[in-house]
Amino acid sequence: MKQRDPNVPQRYYLRVDLFPRLLHGLLMASFLGLAATGLPLKFSWAPRAGELTTAMGGFVAILFFHKVFAFLLTLCFLLHLGYVLNLALVRGESGVFWGPNSMLPQPKDLLDMFRHMQWFFGIGPKPRFDRLTYWEKFDYWAVFWGMAIIGTSGYMMWFSSFFGQFIPGWLFNIALVIHSEEALLAVWFIFAIHFFNSHLRPEKFPMDLVIFTGRVSEEELRTERPEEYARLVRGDRLQEIETDPPPLWLKNFGRIIGYSAITTGFVLFGLTLLALLGRK
Amino acid sequence: MVRVPRRLATLVVLLPLFASGATAAEELSNESCLACHAIEGFAGPSGRALVVEAEAFDASVHGALPCTSCHADVIAIPHEEKPKHVGPMACSACHGDVVATYLKSIHGQATATGTTDAATCTSCHGTAHAIKKATDPASPVYPLTLPRTCGVCHGDPELAMRHGIPVVNAYQLYMDSIHGRALTKSGLLVAANCSSCHGFHDVRRGSDPESRVHRANIPSTCGTCHAGVAGAYSEGVHGQAFTKGNRHAPICIDCHTTHQIARVDTDPWKLQIVSECGSCHRESLRTYRDTFHGQVTALGFTPVARCSDCHGSHRVFAASDSRSSVAPEHLIATCQKCHPRANENFVQFSPHADPENREKNPFLYFVTLSMNFLIVGVFVFFGLHTALWLARSLLERQSSAPKRDQG
Repeated sequence: MKQRDPNVPQRYYLRVDLFPRLLHGLLMASFLGLAATGLPLKFSWAPRAGELTTAMGGFVAILFFHKVFAFLLTLCFLLHLGYVLNLALVRGESGVFWGPNSMLPQPKDLLDMFRHMQWFFGIGPKPRFDRLTYWEKFDYWAVFWGMAIIGTSGYMMWFSSFFGQFIPGWLFNIALVIHSEEALLAVWFIFAIHFFNSHLRPEKFPMDLVIFTGRVSEEELRTERPEEYARLVRGDRLQEIETDPPPLWLKNFGRIIGYSAITTGFVLFGLTLLALLGRK
Repeated sequence: MVRVPRRLATLVVLLPLFASGATAAEELSNESCLACHAIEGFAGPSGRALVVEAEAFDASVHGALPCTSCHADVIAIPHEEKPKHVGPMACSACHGDVVATYLKSIHGQATATGTTDAATCTSCHGTAHAIKKATDPASPVYPLTLPRTCGVCHGDPELAMRHGIPVVNAYQLYMDSIHGRALTKSGLLVAANCSSCHGFHDVRRGSDPESRVHRANIPSTCGTCHAGVAGAYSEGVHGQAFTKGNRHAPICIDCHTTHQIARVDTDPWKLQIVSECGSCHRESLRTYRDTFHGQVTALGFTPVARCSDCHGSHRVFAASDSRSSVAPEHLIATCQKCHPRANENFVQFSPHADPENREKNPFLYFVTLSMNFLIVGVFVFFGLHTALWLARSLLERQSSAPKRDQG
């Protein structure tokens, strides 16, 4: 592979629009808030859970904030649906629902996953990824369905008196189990798997700032997403997405937000693991 | 040669000055006794003070009695023999029933063994020559003062250890209890004091079947004041089991404790009582902890249903009993106490749903199982995926590093 000449300034390309970046920010904030205010109840048997809850203002406070964050995440979910529908229907962009720019799993994703694992074992080259990789799509759909499932079950319990008019009460038992188990899955997945896939793996360590700056360097695009790069070069569309380098303030802003989020996530992840290991 | 102690010598010398020539016991008046025993600093040969405060004695409940009622062996002045020590047996001359009761009590029996630690008449009723009616606020056995009097011994852990008394700090515990506070803070004469439960002269060990605080007698002892609660309790499933002789049936003190009985509207009590119910109803506590109500109380907060909110406290019945607040016909009303819009649908919620019980909660069982499979599946796959990826990435970097140096 051709090495980059360090004397030639890097070109940068826009990978994530401002609106999805803002939505990701809202998602992060509300997700962390929901995790922090929800986990104490899930781990209510743990020795320090009560003290942690008291530190956050007591049960009434965590329930209140849980509902505030739930509202924000719902808003985030609806804004995202609006964004996708706007892209697809109003702006008529083809490729939202199919093709390399679509979040829908493509046949290539299955192949990529298979080849990626071959590469893990050293029995094949690294697959040539396109704009969206299979693990990114898994992250996306995990969060998408997670929000739908946890949200639905959460609203059922929040408005149990209302829902109780139409559905049998034992569904609230089911709702609690689904809500809390799916939430634990989401929390662990984000704090362990997503953090590694997107930020902590050696290629990105300590953090991939693209979700804050929206920009990738030409080298990153070429090496990480060779298929997308080649496609853009072929179609002569690279200039369309060329942008200025990420300003320092934006990178620093991203670092502050990012490190805070990763720290919060790791603390919560660690607390849940400690609680489980200490369970008698 | 007999050495006459100086004080006795003084006494003998002074005597003729005061003696009115009385020789027989029946003629000994209190005045003649007080002729010596009212002198300031009057003391016996061993230096023991022998002064009787005449005014205090006159004001005492025994003020009208002659000294010889108790000091019956004093028949002459000067005393020919050293008068005997006046003990409980002297009191029995008038208070025969009381002393008989006392002798059977733990205090009387302990005193009989020779210990001086155990209470005798004066330990509780005060100085022999100044005994007051129990209704006199100055009496040590006046209801508002009694706990302090008992506490002289029963607030002393060392004394308790010496005599194998199981509760070593009964006084301190009591003073912090709702009974103790009612007594000290509000000055309520009706507040239970030590004697309300343990009796007066017939204080017995808790293990003694005749004791008012023996396990078998507790409900009726508490019921002396708490008649309404005792009635509700005896109607309920716990009281019924107790009446039938079930030794494991909970009685008042199992939930409320003995000496440190707390207000039931405080958070610590509200939370602790849940575990108390759970000490017998283990499965119910486990399943309660699996649902929202139990999780919130486990965290230490109380704005949710606890055992008694649904099941009642004293009038507890089996759910199959139509009198139970959790019997199917009362369930809606019970849930409506907190969930005003609860209806037939709503009450199908189970506050004790057990996800491990396949027969009772098949749907919950399978949903929980599926969720667990999902969690395990996702983390087995992505755990391996992550570990392998990390290993490969690190290997790649190692092998590509030298290349970079060459380039």
